[in-house]
Formats: sequence, C-alpha cells, structure tokens
Amino acid sequence: MASHAITEVQHLEENYLQVKSRWRGIFAWIFSTDHKRIGILYLVSSLTFFVVAATIGIFMRLEQLTMGETLMSADVYNRLFTLHGVIMIFLLIIPGIPATFGNFFLPIQIGAKDVAFPRLNLLSWWLYIIGAVLAVTTLFLPGSLPDTGWTFYVPYSVRTGSNVALAVFAAFILGFSSILTGLNFLTTIHRLRAPGMSWHRMPLFVWALYATAWIQILATPMVGITLLLIIFERVLNIGIFDPTQGGDPILFQHLFWIYSHPAVYIMVLPGFGVVSEIIPTFARRTIFGYKLIAYSSLSIALFGSLVWGHHMFVSGESDIANIIFSFLTFFIAVPTAIKVFNWTATLYKGSIALEPPMLYVLSSIFLFAIGGFTGLMQATLPIDVHVHDTYFVVGHFHYTMFGGTIWVMLAGLLYWFPKMTGRMYNKKMAYLAWPFMFIGFNVLYGAMMYMGWKGMPRRYYDHLPEFHTDHVIATVGSWLLYIGILLLLGNLVVALYKGTRAPDNPWGGATLEWQTTSPPPLENFTEEPVVKHEPYHFRKEDNG
Amino acid sequence: MKSIHALTVAEHRDFEGARLGMWLFLITELILFTGMFLLYAMYRLKYAAAFHKASLELDVVIGTMNTLVLLTSSLTVALSIEALKRNSRKLSLWLLGATIFLALVFLVNKYFEWGAKIHHGIYPGSQELMQRNLGEVIYFNLYYAMTGLHGLHVLVGMGVLTWIFVLIARKSRKKYVVHNPHVEQLVGSEIAIVKGDKEGWRVDKIDDNVEQVEITITYEPKSGEVDLPNIIKLENAGLYWHLVDIIWIFLFPLFYLIS
Ligand code: HEM
Ligand SMILES: [Cu+2]
Repeated sequence: MASHAITEVQHLEENYLQVKSRWRGIFAWIFSTDHKRIGILYLVSSLTFFVVAATIGIFMRLEQLTMGETLMSADVYNRLFTLHGVIMIFLLIIPGIPATFGNFFLPIQIGAKDVAFPRLNLLSWWLYIIGAVLAVTTLFLPGSLPDTGWTFYVPYSVRTGSNVALAVFAAFILGFSSILTGLNFLTTIHRLRAPGMSWHRMPLFVWALYATAWIQILATPMVGITLLLIIFERVLNIGIFDPTQGGDPILFQHLFWIYSHPAVYIMVLPGFGVVSEIIPTFARRTIFGYKLIAYSSLSIALFGSLVWGHHMFVSGESDIANIIFSFLTFFIAVPTAIKVFNWTATLYKGSIALEPPMLYVLSSIFLFAIGGFTGLMQATLPIDVHVHDTYFVVGHFHYTMFGGTIWVMLAGLLYWFPKMTGRMYNKKMAYLAWPFMFIGFNVLYGAMMYMGWKGMPRRYYDHLPEFHTDHVIATVGSWLLYIGILLLLGNLVVALYKGTRAPDNPWGGATLEWQTTSPPPLENFTEEPVVKHEPYHFRKEDNG
Repeated sequence: MKSIHALTVAEHRDFEGARLGMWLFLITELILFTGMFLLYAMYRLKYAAAFHKASLELDVVIGTMNTLVLLTSSLTVALSIEALKRNSRKLSLWLLGATIFLALVFLVNKYFEWGAKIHHGIYPGSQELMQRNLGEVIYFNLYYAMTGLHGLHVLVGMGVLTWIFVLIARKSRKKYVVHNPHVEQLVGSEIAIVKGDKEGWRVDKIDDNVEQVEITITYEPKSGEVDLPNIIKLENAGLYWHLVDIIWIFLFPLFYLIS
C-alpha cells in the first residue's frame, strides 16, 4: 500500500504525457498508476458514456415527438430510460467530477506527487470499467436490458423477466469503485499535503472533495447491501423484501434512499467545488466567505443523510415522518444557499472576465437555482403529492444534475483543459456552443416541467393529445441541446490535435496547479512546493 | 569529460496512511452490515414471537463453538502481530497459521450447520419453509443472508491472511525497476555501481546501438531486521479479522440466543 517513487535526480523535465513506461500505446494508459493519467482515463470514459446516454435521451424524445407508437414500443422505451438513467447516474455523474478532475487536480492542488494509494486508484478505474461492461452485457443476454428504471424498486425488480441481477451487480461494483476513490482521497488529504498547506489553505475544490469522500464512504455501503439483497432475492430466492415471505418492500425504498439522497450530494458537492475555483479566478478576487463555503460542504454532507424520507412522501410514510422529512429538506437548502450568496458576493466589485469557463459556470448557477427552487417546491408536502412521478420531477432533476453538476463539469473541462493537455481550444467555438446549450436546455426541461405541472406522468412512452404541443417543443429543445454538446466536445477533440500551445497559467489562476507547467511533469512539480498563503491569493504577475 | 549521473531510489512509505485507509475501509464494512442489522431490527419488532420460536431450531452448541473458535482466532492473530514486531518470524508464522486453521474450522462448522438445516428442508424458498408463518420465513431468510454474508467475509479474511502468510514466509524482497527512456543522454557513458568507495560492477560503454537501459535493484532484508512493511500489512489484516469477529459477536446472540 505504500508507493514507490523513483526519482532520477538529473533528468530532463518532461511532462507526464511524454514519460515512457514499461507499457506502450494504450497500455501505457490503462496500466498507469499516475493519478493524472487515471484522471484522463476517467474523463474520456465518462464523457463517452455521457454522449451515448444523451443519444439515448434524443431517441426517447423522438418517440415523444408523435403520438402513439412510432419509433419504439413501450417495452423498449422502458429499457431505454432505465439505461439512460443508469449510465447517467452510475457511470457519469457519481464518478463524475471526483474521479476525473479530482484525480487529476487533488494531488496537485495540495502539492502532492500522487494520491495515497496509486495502485488502488488504478483498481478503482478497472472496477469502473468492469461495472460498465457488465451493465452493457445485459443487452446481449436473455432478458436483455433491465426495465425497472434506475431505482430498481422492488417488487418489480424481483418479478421482471429482464436482466436485473447482472445490472444490479454492475451497480454494486461501481459502488465499490466509488468507495475506493473516496477512501483514497481522504487518506491523501490527511497525509500528503505539502509543507505549509494547512487545512485552511486548501483550495475549496479540495474541501468539496473531502466532504464528498466522506459521503462516498458512509453512504455507498448502504446501497451496496440493498443491491446485494435484490440479487439474493432474484438468484437465491432469499426474500427479504417479498411480502409473501414476510418482507416489506417499503424497507427497500428506505435503504435505497438512505444512500441515494446523500448520493445527490456526491453528485453536486464536487461541482460546487469547481465553481468555487472558477469564480475567484475570473473575478480576480479572493473568494468571499472561504470558511463558510468549506464548512457548508461538511454540513451538507452531515445533514444530507437525514432527509431521505422526502422521496417517499406518497409511499405510505406516516404524517409525522413526512412533516419531519419535509422540514429537514427545507433546512438543507440553507448551506447550499450560503454558497450561492458567497459566490455572488465574490463577484461583487470583482473585475470579471467572461472567459468560456466563467460563462458556463455563471449560467450553471442560474440553472441550478431553478433546480433548487423546484426542489423546495417538492419538499412541500401538498405540492409533492400533486407533482410526484410527473415530468415536473424529471425537469427538476435535470436542472439540478445536468444544469448543476454536468454543466459545471463542462465548465471545469474548459477551465482545466489547457493544463491537462497543454493545448488551448478555440474559444470562439466554445462561445458558439453556449447559446445552443443554454436555449436548448431551457426549452427541453422547461417544457418538461410545464407539462409535468399539468399532469404529464413520467416513464410513459406515449402521451395524451393535450400534452402534444409541449412534447414537440421539448423535442426541438433536445436537438438544440444535443448540437450544443457536440459542438462543445467536438471543439475540444479538435484542440487535442490542432490546438495552440497553452501557457502555464492561461487564466491567471492562483492555486497550485497553475504554478507548474502545462502539462505538469510526472511528479507534478519540479520542486516540492511550500505554501505560504491562502489559496486565492492573486498576484500581478499571474495576469494571464 | 566525466560527468556523473546520480540515480537515487527514493522510497516513500506512509504507514500511518495505510492504517488510516484500513480504518476507513472497516467503516464501510460496518455500514454494510448496519443495513442488515436495521432490517433485522425492523422485522424482529414486527414478528417478535415468530423469531423466538424459529431461533429454537438453531443449534446453540455449534453456534457457541464457532464463537469460541473466532474469539480464539482473534487472539492468535493479535499474538502473531506481536511476535512479528518482536522479530520472531517463526512464532508469528505459527500463530498466523493457527488463525487460518481456526477460520477454516469455522467455515467447516458452518457448512455442517447449514447442511443439516437444508437437509431438514429449511432453506429459502423451500416448500417446508413456505408453509410456516411469515415471521419464521423471514427469520430464516435473514439467517441465511446475514450468516452467509458473514461467512463470505470469513472466506475473504482467510484469503488475505494466507497471502500475508506467504509474504512473511518468503521474507520481503523489494524490487525497483528504473527505466531510462532517454538513452541518448547516456550514450558514451558507463554504468557502474559504487558502494562506499568500492566499485561493484561496471557495464560496457553505452553506444548508439543500445536502445534501452533498465536497472533493477533488489533489496533483501538481513536476518534480524524488523520487517516493517509486512508488520503493517499483518496489522491491517488483523484489524479486518477483528471486524469479522465482532460482527459474529453480534450475529450469534441475535440469532441463537433470543429464545
Ligand atoms: C441531451 C441530454 C439529455 C436528454 C435529451 C435527456 C432526456 C431524458 C428523457 C426523455 C428521460 C425520460 C423521461 C421519462 O419518460 O420519464 C430522461 C430521464 C432521466 N434522465 Fe435524462 N436526458 C439528458 C441528460 C441527462 C443527464 C446529463 C442526466 C444526469 C446526469 C440525466 C439523468 C436522467 C435520469 C436519472 C432519468 C430518469 C430515468 C428513470 O426514470 O429511471 N439525463 N432523460
Ligand atoms: Cu433526496
């Protein structure tokens, strides 16, 4: 479990992409224990899954463009939204920012050479890929893709003929991978900070990863056991949730959401961390309320574990439980709002440069606010009874997860791309993709919320005539959004080959990753950095 | 001109980090079982009488035996760590071997216990079981799920202990491989090993034909040297083993002793 670092004293300073190892070609990537390469591996794989699942989303929208069965049957639609949800949740957004940028930048931002357990880190990626392969394999086995929705609720997930057991096992493995990443990050942050890097000098991205890692460790085993029990029930007939064997399906929902609500903070906290990096850089001001932002992450991690019942308001929970969970859910909006206020205060009187990363971050805060407010609406009992299981909910969680986290992940990609690859992308194209994404996004998910409010239920492949116009609008929005995504990502792929050389500090950032070369050397710094001041300490010379 | 390229092999080992990592992992294991214990608690509240009745059917003798076996194994693994720390490798290996043996005894016992139950037709989904009342059915389902999951942990723990047994038995030999991709820098130079002021060996001049230079250094601890890397591994495995033990300490009364 220890790492062997082999240093050649007088070596040419080469960056991590040039370093040759025992392995050649692709093997130099998939067997590398360098945290930077592993970060890139995660980035490439999760973005690929993103495009695949977004394409599935486009197909679902195409089915809804017309009434009746045109493109696919109800059965296929069920399997597609399950696959879409499973990929987006378990393969994209949960590993998401921590496994990609976290892997790449956490060690650099605290001035370390690597994570605490580099080999375990590689194992995490392998488990991730194995999980992904297993999930896809269900397609080719008898029973085909699961059709339960990403939540795998019993009793349907036990009764259906589709291939749930393998898909659930895949999710179990992915959970294990997530736990190992969390464990690795916690140990790294505790043990490997550079001299002078005290807790209150850590960048806020690191704080966010720290809080996230705790949730990963504390919550994930809960869903692990829940998923295992589904497998037990399907394969070994050990009914734990089966009423005919004395079980109670509601208990499944409890255990599932005891994990899955905290999991939404696994999804969103790292995104908050990225926002807290990008805003000071482009406002050229130190962050306002550093400690409040740092500790609000921790308090979200803490209180986030107490609100799971808000997913079960209509599952027969007692009124008292409902009221308590509703109240706690309102309460948890407070630390999130604290962050938003602090970001706004940072912008105030800052000299704002609306570079592409900043543009995407600011619009993401806007989208996430809509997601947050509609979340509060659903925390209100009478409203939730009305909108539960409608497109309102679908609109809401796309605003939070996509508008919040994935949008920020793309902003982070624009922010750190020059550092990771040493190339600068075409900024004009990055600007050009924005209106497509922003307008498309709001048209698609705005229309969804609107029709959900009017009663359009989720997870149906067809709709009634009164919803038809709304569905057409939503589908057109999905095209714009999709074009925007392709423009944005395509631009970066082109930049890999044709981009101009990026300087070491193109944005004038103050945190440690900007003090080393682009791309960084194998061990991140030529000399071990010594930290003398807080993270967002802007100097004149750094003006990029 | 003669220039000397120094080649240093720096080793970074963070034992505190390894221990912290292990504790974090143990927390995840505890939570995994907490999920099961929560389910147990809910169902026991609901079907208190049936749980009483069903638990009468478990074999308390085998259960007690297994408890003693696991407790003893926790002791032997702790002693084994202590022995390795005091540099008596042989004793440590004996104690570790005993631990592995006790783990095996536990599993064999479990095999016979389950076997007898299955023989009597009591297993998940069996006709015999399904005729009973719901509380008893869920009791036995939980019994199989929880002791099964625990048994799996015993098996994994056994595997880990065996792996470490081999490591200690083999002595820890560490190998470092240094690759130098920049052969062109080395062209014209010679590679030699220098120990103190004595030169160990020397290889031929590196010329244009050499494509790659690879240096492998192997360390072997002298006898009598404290084997730190293995101690930390054994300690971590010991922690895991104690966890397996503790979980059983809860399982045993909850299933065998509630009537
Ligand atoms: C171009 C991008 C996207 C499109 C067109 C899209 C479209 C859709 C559609 C049409 C549904 C099914 C609604 C229903 O019939 O109930 C859906 C469900 C869902 N989407 Fe997306 N989506 C996109 C991106 C995302 C992203 C980025 C995420 C998460 C990070 C996400 C997460 C989900 C989840 C969790 C579900 C629920 C699946 C279920 O009901 O089990 N989607 N999406
Ligand atoms: Cu929730």
